[in-house]
Amino acid sequence: MANLTSEFLGVTTPNPFWLASAPATDKAYNVNRAFEAGWGGAVWKTLGEDPPIVNVSGPRYGAIHSNERRVIGFNNIELITDRPLQVNLDDIRQLKKDWPDRAIFVSVMFPMNEETWAKYVPMIEDTGADGFELNFGCPHGMTERGMGAAVGQVPEYIKLATEWCKKYAKTPVIVKLTPNVTNILPPAIAAREGGADAVSLINTVNSIMRVNYDTLEMYPATDGMGSHGGYCGQAVKPIALHMVAEIARTKQTAEMPISGIGGIADWRDAVDFLALGASNLQVCTAAMVYGFKIIDDLSDGLSNFLDDKGMSSVSELVGKAVPSVTDWQYLNLNYVEKAVIDQDLCIKCGRCHIVCEDASHQAITKTVNGERRFEIIDEECIGCNLCTIVCPVDGCITMQPMTEGVDPRTGIAISKEKADWTTHANNPMRKES
Amino acid sequence: MGKADIQTGRLSPEEISNNFSDMHPPLSRPEALIEADRCYFCYDAPCTTACPTRIDIPGFIQKIRSDNLRGSAHTILRENIMGGMCARVCPTEVLCEEACVRNVHEDKPVNIGLLQRYATDPVFEQNLNLFERAADTGKRIAVVGGGPAGLSCAHRLATLGHQVVVFNRDRKLGGLNEYGIAAYKTVNDFAQQEVNWILDIGGIEVRPNTSMGVDITLEAIREEYDAVFLAFGLGGVNKLGLANEDADGVLNAVDYIATLRQSENKDDLPVGRHVVVIGGGMTAIDIAVQSKRLGSEVVEIVYRRGPEQMGASQYEREYAQTSGVTIRHWASPVKLLVSDRVTGIEFERTELDANGKLQSTGDTWSLNADIVFKAVGQAVASDVFGDAADSFEQKGGKLLVGDDRKTSLPDVWAGGDCIYGSDDLTVTAVQDGKVAANSINRYLRLQE
Repeated sequence: MANLTSEFLGVTTPNPFWLASAPATDKAYNVNRAFEAGWGGAVWKTLGEDPPIVNVSGPRYGAIHSNERRVIGFNNIELITDRPLQVNLDDIRQLKKDWPDRAIFVSVMFPMNEETWAKYVPMIEDTGADGFELNFGCPHGMTERGMGAAVGQVPEYIKLATEWCKKYAKTPVIVKLTPNVTNILPPAIAAREGGADAVSLINTVNSIMRVNYDTLEMYPATDGMGSHGGYCGQAVKPIALHMVAEIARTKQTAEMPISGIGGIADWRDAVDFLALGASNLQVCTAAMVYGFKIIDDLSDGLSNFLDDKGMSSVSELVGKAVPSVTDWQYLNLNYVEKAVIDQDLCIKCGRCHIVCEDASHQAITKTVNGERRFEIIDEECIGCNLCTIVCPVDGCITMQPMTEGVDPRTGIAISKEKADWTTHANNPMRKES
Repeated sequence: MGKADIQTGRLSPEEISNNFSDMHPPLSRPEALIEADRCYFCYDAPCTTACPTRIDIPGFIQKIRSDNLRGSAHTILRENIMGGMCARVCPTEVLCEEACVRNVHEDKPVNIGLLQRYATDPVFEQNLNLFERAADTGKRIAVVGGGPAGLSCAHRLATLGHQVVVFNRDRKLGGLNEYGIAAYKTVNDFAQQEVNWILDIGGIEVRPNTSMGVDITLEAIREEYDAVFLAFGLGGVNKLGLANEDADGVLNAVDYIATLRQSENKDDLPVGRHVVVIGGGMTAIDIAVQSKRLGSEVVEIVYRRGPEQMGASQYEREYAQTSGVTIRHWASPVKLLVSDRVTGIEFERTELDANGKLQSTGDTWSLNADIVFKAVGQAVASDVFGDAADSFEQKGGKLLVGDDRKTSLPDVWAGGDCIYGSDDLTVTAVQDGKVAANSINRYLRLQE
């Protein structure tokens, strides 16, 4: 079995799965249960100044369900910890003593003045915690007070606050980034310039879940009114993966360790984040909707996967897929794929036909010689992949590369040479090759 | 084995009530949502093609998924006004569900029947109006027979603005829905609930206890109405053709079922200890299972051919068997054993000869029976046309109609069990009525 022991910022944990800063890490009781279940570490629920903030006493969460009531997307309007600072510090100190082999980083959120950071950072570090995570990500509530994503959306603020924290901290500092920006790179670069040891991403996405169909008020609501919350869960994973990959493949940020967050629910999600450049993983929503036991499949599945790949440690997987991420302009325009339908597997639902007919290129038959039969018309197939996506039978429709001959759609011979947009004749800004 | 073994109320009222509870309890909302999610939303869906009324099945299931039950019910009922009853009685295992593509890779179709019931139940429970009647056209149509075909035709014609008079032999409308279908398939007086909802469209006048050939003649109604739709079903019952067929204890299954359906507590019917059913169709299954549920100890169906040739589907046969009914094949009744009443029945073994023709092997055996049910098919009642019988093209004793359900007479349409090619299904009868109504409407509009 592959060893999942992982090192992140000099802290070694039994596996790379840490609980993200969230309600599940607000108390010693919860975190103790998580460590008993096997989690490698926890980022403590965000601490702020005393006196603590207050939360609403109504619904803090909303969700998008499948018809089987699986939670696909999740959102929250909970603020940072509403417990007194000292209570949290005592909990952290005790837990760190009880679980020396697990990581405890402490999430913090302070206003934009140096004195506050100078006051609280040493106090928190004194608990024996392994480091800090700066919450520049929460998009709701605290942003109205100039904190959370309000900082994370302004690179200059990120740099400044990171510098303050680094100035008073001896332990490593992670900057947690908000996805509520158009380009993740400037905030990541600012964190690096401020001296951050790592970045973690993504925090939650600005969101309103839906309206109440009876009252036509937004839902969930507190006494008839609602406020936007942070969206997370499996639905946001693709957003997170893109941002992680951008940081991992960009020169100015590539060296910075990444803790990947956003929709990790099973081991395959972990593989996605690790291969795209994260070397540590944080999980919240899956634990919130299933409990801590999911760590079994996360670690067991990841370990089995590494075995199958002949890898002996997590670090071998980190960044493996990063070189395969590029700009659109560098994609090989000479490469041609066609869909192929395995008639032995086809159950004749016709989904591929109707989506190709209505939404793509009319490249799939519905009848052949009067019989209900779905076949690819190579002369029309653009290789878009829509049919394989809608097909309910796994493996029935596959995309097959053309390696020789002539593409019957374009009449152009298949070329082994690569050619991308940068040199394409239709590109007015093409480079002369 | 004497008359002493025939008794009523062999089981307690509670036992009988339990035995005749809903055959398939309705789906709860969570069950329905999960089942609806299993539908692939096929293009040109095979289930829809397999439905005699062409209900857009993926369409109505999609609307269940989105909690749009009123829309879902409308999608069903606009094609099949008896979508509520059909959800209960359709042999879905040989229609829509047999065609479901899920059979191909997991052998478990979407439960379309129960989803259809889930979508339509609220319409009847809340008496929702889903259809509006068009402006009155002044045209009058006579519908003879108030069963599924007749009511389907009447509703469609009424919706299109015509005035309809339904002549019904029985006191209650519904035909076999009311008098024929097994009681556990349509509990809580659903047949009448559905009838009342259908009549709510307006423009339909009902004349009960009015028999064609007795109280009215075809000639007279053709004279009085702009068009006629005949859907009087099969009023005659086939005989075994044996001596002593009128002996005590030898009963027509359809008559017994009609009595059973109209019985308040079902504890006033003669129940045999040892029941033998002759036949291989749905009626044979229904009478056998219901006899068992009324407390008969031994119930045996005897059919002259093999299981594949039975009119009852495999699902229905297995349902009977798991209800405790024995099904015997390849035996044909040759003699009713009678003292003061029936005591048994003698059979000859049968087989197929080299040409596939049924023949007797000469070998005989017999069963004890204190009640023998005849369920060997029905025919158009002999007196229904009176003098007008010769004016129709007929085949196999039934009316011959075209694709538009028009008979050989220019102003007379027909549908349901009385037409040639009918298959005894409610859903087919509903389609006949719908198609005929559309054809009648075109005919009447062209006359304007």
